Amino acid sequence: MSIDENTVRKVARLARLALPEERVAPMAAELNGIMAWIEQLNEVDVEGVEPMTSAVEGAGLAMREDVVTDGNDPERVLANAPKAEDGFFVVPKVVE
Amino acid sequence: MTELDVRSARADQLVAGQKSQWEIIVGLEVHAQVTSQAKLFSGASAAYGGAPNAHVSLVDAAMPGMLPVINKYCVEQAIRTGLGLNAEIQRVSRFDRKNYFYPDLPQGYQISQYKSPIVGEGEVEVEPDGEDAIIVRIERLHLEQDAGKSIHDLSPNETFVDLNRAGVALMEIVSRPDMRSAKEAAAYFNKLRGILRALGTCDGNMEEGSMRADVNVSVRRAGTREWGTRCEIKNVNSTRFMMQAIEYEARRQIEILESGGAIDQETRLFDPDKGETRTMRSKEDAHDYRYFPDPDLLPLVLDEAWIEQIRASLPELPDAKKKRFVREYGLSAYDAGVLSGDSDAATYFETVAKGRDGKAAANWVSQELFGALNKKGLELSASPVKAEALGALLDLIKDGTINGKIAKDVFAKMMETGDAPGVIVEREGLRQVTDTGAIERAIDALIAANPDKVDDVKKNPKAFGWWVGQAMKATGGKANPAVVNEILKKKLGV
Repeated sequence: MSIDENTVRKVARLARLALPEERVAPMAAELNGIMAWIEQLNEVDVEGVEPMTSAVEGAGLAMREDVVTDGNDPERVLANAPKAEDGFFVVPKVVE
Repeated sequence: MTELDVRSARADQLVAGQKSQWEIIVGLEVHAQVTSQAKLFSGASAAYGGAPNAHVSLVDAAMPGMLPVINKYCVEQAIRTGLGLNAEIQRVSRFDRKNYFYPDLPQGYQISQYKSPIVGEGEVEVEPDGEDAIIVRIERLHLEQDAGKSIHDLSPNETFVDLNRAGVALMEIVSRPDMRSAKEAAAYFNKLRGILRALGTCDGNMEEGSMRADVNVSVRRAGTREWGTRCEIKNVNSTRFMMQAIEYEARRQIEILESGGAIDQETRLFDPDKGETRTMRSKEDAHDYRYFPDPDLLPLVLDEAWIEQIRASLPELPDAKKKRFVREYGLSAYDAGVLSGDSDAATYFETVAKGRDGKAAANWVSQELFGALNKKGLELSASPVKAEALGALLDLIKDGTINGKIAKDVFAKMMETGDAPGVIVEREGLRQVTDTGAIERAIDALIAANPDKVDDVKKNPKAFGWWVGQAMKATGGKANPAVVNEILKKKLGV
């Protein structure tokens, strides 16, 4: 698999990363290098092996009881917000 | 691979365009909020409303280093719902990240279940009013997080964000494209709502957004089997709007296709004020969610004993309830359907019917009560007349304290004041007159005053109705109609 410059632009846009045009070609080359490295894994025969989504085997998913134990502290939630007003986060307008 | 296309529309469901007849194809993705105290992955409250950002933990705000821990109750409700939908419960399911950016989604992704949902295929029998039952197949049910709320109208240049809803547990229930009209879609949605409410897994409160639907609509020429391109109408929160949106959207697509155009696959919004749908997101912005397994969460492995324990605790569901109402109370299939579809209505009816005449109870609940509530725009839960009080009214009719006609007046006063029927009857002096002496005296006076009518009724038996009417009027409507009839017949010699 090879990553062309358009794919780099698309991935950057989806990840909301500002990528200057002069960085696009070098980035494509870097990513292709990483992909080539990862593709070595294709040499391993994984026929019949379940995809692994976690490194922890055996342990089940930990669960919590349905009890309210948190919240009611809007000041703490908003503490790092660049802008807040009347308890809301305030961000640049996202609709026309 | 499951056969997707199970049936064609009936002739009466086809929509006529300028050139040909068209079939409407509808599938729904219903989002139902789980009735939990806390959120899906945090200990913050899932209650509706609250001061802005009060129901938010640092997990919901996606602060670095915070880890999600799943709410066991939410998992249980998803299983319960799956069982109620006759669906397959997946012993192993997984959580994935659905990536997109929006200010009300602080994580930058929604935790959802993409490849391995907790519930697989099921089915629901739906009976649209006055039509034959249809089967709507369920494709899947999965658990996911709700997003926060963006408010765009508090400032001209800014958006205000409240994360109280962010992270609240939703069940997304995806149907197959098995509906062929707006009416079928609405009937399916209502049926689903009835099942969820009976199970207690979602309160079905549409005003608070506890239940909302994304509606997929496409059209195809009658008689063809190929699927048309579909459009998705987002976030429809009432069945009335759903029906309007489907009908408008089908017309729009038919017009485009008949004039030689093609449908763009897109996301649209329904505008209830204008009664039309409009583009929300065009193809260029088509989402590429880049799903991948959430590394913070292990696979969800369900214990067989737990599933069986939940299965054993399932309540009676609307279909079974309907059959029982027919069998136990002698109701018509229609009345049984009306009263069993919603768990509040069913409980109310059974409270009234207990130890009384089932058919009479059904009539009073489905006609008098529902009619009066409709007129006032009230939900059953807000009814001024509680089930016990309506039952007491039926007892007053049964024991002859009041007659059926007066009972309707008493009921109207109960709706107005919330007073007990017995109190109203005493206060207004509405007790039925069974004292034959009093009735006889009233009838004697009538006969003395109307000698011509006495001759009338002897020649023409139909004139008897006039006498009954006058006698009831003379006693203020309170006379026992059977006693009046009897005395009149005797005195008039008919």
